[in-house]
Order: sequence, then structure tokens, then C-alpha cells
Amino acid sequence: MPLHLKRLLMLGVIIVSLFLLLKHVLTPDSFGQYGHFRGKAIDEIATHPIKFIGNKGCVSCHDTIVTMKNEGYHSDLSCEGCHGAGALHADHPKTEKLFKPATREFCGKCHSINKARPEKAITQQNIKDHHPEKNCIKCHNPHQP
Amino acid sequence: MTERKTSLSRRNFFKNAGIAAGTLVAASTLPAFDTVLYAAVKRNTKGPWYGIAIDIEKCIGCGTCAKTCKIENDVPQEPFFFRSWVEQYTIKKDGSIKVVSPNGGIDGFTQTIPDEEIEKTFFVPKMCNHCAKSPCVQVCPVGATFETEEGVVLVDEKYCIGCKYCIQACPYGCRYFHPDKHVVDKCTLCFHRIKKGMNPACMDNCPTKARMSGDLNDPESAISKFIRTRNVYVLKPHLNTGSKLYYNALNQEVR
Repeated sequence: MPLHLKRLLMLGVIIVSLFLLLKHVLTPDSFGQYGHFRGKAIDEIATHPIKFIGNKGCVSCHDTIVTMKNEGYHSDLSCEGCHGAGALHADHPKTEKLFKPATREFCGKCHSINKARPEKAITQQNIKDHHPEKNCIKCHNPHQP
Repeated sequence: MTERKTSLSRRNFFKNAGIAAGTLVAASTLPAFDTVLYAAVKRNTKGPWYGIAIDIEKCIGCGTCAKTCKIENDVPQEPFFFRSWVEQYTIKKDGSIKVVSPNGGIDGFTQTIPDEEIEKTFFVPKMCNHCAKSPCVQVCPVGATFETEEGVVLVDEKYCIGCKYCIQACPYGCRYFHPDKHVVDKCTLCFHRIKKGMNPACMDNCPTKARMSGDLNDPESAISKFIRTRNVYVLKPHLNTGSKLYYNALNQEVR
């Protein structure tokens, strides 16, 4: 074999082995375990912390108010839908307090008149004209409206 | 000259014709390849195959789904970053269509068009369709986004290089670029919750139970029954993405 071909061949071998070495070092261990992705990513995403614990988590302390809610029109509502995520509060009930919505605008997010809201699905009220001086919760108990 | 004669001999002609006819007959017994059917075929024989159903007739546009999603998944609070949001479609009597989504619906909707001008108006909650043939997964150059065996499309935030190609590829606009992590982020169908047997946060907190997710493999699951008994439709079916987000009572105007 002529010398210039030998040199070219050696250069080729070096480039290919460098590529293979880099590929081996840079590819994560679990890549290709289940498909063309890092297999460990599935477990990493699955272990994210949960923030909304559900009504079952609320009822152990707030049983009377949950029972009251479940007997009224708001029975389908989750506690955390209005009060916010409860995981921290359940762990540290003294320090981590939840949100107590009390404004007319908050109730209006569901109950203000909008032609797009199905009439049968929800009671609607003109929040500008209906006793504008009062907060809704003065007259309506949100847990038993 | 002699060579050419042999290659065109009667014997060779019959031989080749026989092979061709045999192949045609054999191929005709195979099932037809239909791309649309392929996308709808249920996968994962070992466990659940997740789908989503949203009932537009029940949605009241309160935006609780969008709000709880942001809290549960640490999505930046500023507008324009959404994994889940709500749009209000208004079809006016003059035929024009107006779509609004102020802050994804989180602060609620105010009707801006007077009743007299409205032909029809409704809310459309949107989120990742968790497609069975996701265009976003197909374009990722590094394999940072993938479909799990349960049919959930996820992003590996440690492996994403932030090229944003998938954001362009998603026909439903369901991906965004995370401003702090500098990677692409999207709905995981609350993978961390469904793996523990819970429902996604948006579904648990929906006050009218307008949305549900569940196992499409199980014919007795609530979602399978919902899809069987309602007039369900997916978004942009002509794109053949294998979308698994089924809407009840979806207007053709919704894109």
C-alpha cells in the first residue's frame, strides 16, 4: 500500500475511534432502555412532589365543613379548587395557612353572567347589579350556598 | 447478441411473471395499511393506555384547571406559559369568529360581545393531546421527548437542549419554553399523580367534572364509556397525530 493511503487510513481510524469513544462517554447509562430516550427520566418525572392532596386529605381535620359542603350545591367542588393546594398545609397546619377567597370577583369567575356558560350547569348572577355594596359571602355561605 | 436473447427467453418471461403474480397474491392477503387506523390502534398490552375526555357542554370557563395546573407543576405564573388553558369561542351572527383567552382563563372570562350579536359561544379547555404519533416526539433531534408505554408524552428536562423544534412541530400549541430552566416544558398528564393512582390536578379540581382521563384499554372505564356514548371528536384529525384528547360537542370552528 502506498504511504499516502496508509496515512489516510490511519487518520480515518483515529477519527472513527474518537467518535465511538465520545459517543460512549456522552450517552447516559439508561439511554435506549425503553426507546430512544433516557429511561431514568420516567422515574424522575414520576417522583415529582404532589401538591393537591384531594378532599380526603381535608376531611380528617375539617370534617364538619366538608360534610356541610357535600350536602349542598357545591358538593362536586374540591376544597382545593377554591382554597389552593393543601399538601404543605396538611404537613404544617399551624404555619402554612390556605387561601380564603372572599371577593365578588372570585365568585364571579363561575357565577357571573356569560352566554358561554351552559345555563343548566350553573346559577348565574349579574355581579355588577346584584347588591354591589356587599360581599357575596355576607348572604351566601360558600360551603352551603 | 446471444446473451440478450437468453435474458428475454420464453422460459425467463414465464418465471418472472410467475414470481410477480405470486407476490401480488401473497401481498393481497395482508391487512391494508391505513394510517388513520394505525393512529387509533390501542397500544400497550401490559397496562393502561391513557386518554383524556373533555365535555364542552359542562365547561363553565372558571379557569380552575389552568390555575391548579400552574401550582401543581410549578409553571411560571406570568401569562403565555401554560400547560393547560381555556379559550372562549364566540361565533357572531355575521359569521365571524372571535377567540379570547385572557391569562389562559385563570382570572375568569368577561363577556365583551353583546348577546344580540352572538350566534353561539362556548368554552374550550385545551391541553396536551398526548398523541399516539406525536409530531413533537418525531422531530426531537436528541431523544429528549418521548411517549411512555402508557401513552403519555413527556420531556426529559435534563436531556433537552432547548432547540424549540418541538414547539414548532406541535399543531396544538401545547408546549412552551421554560424561562428559568431554558428547556421545553409541557403537560405530563400529571404523570407523578397518575402513577400513584390519583387523577391529574386539573381533573380533580374541575368544579363541574367537565374533564376526565383514564384507561382507553379498559372498555368499562368511565372514559371508554364516555367516548362510546357521546359525539366525540378530536382536534385537527386530518393531521393524523393520533390525538387522544376527545371533546364532546366540539364545533368545527375550533382549531
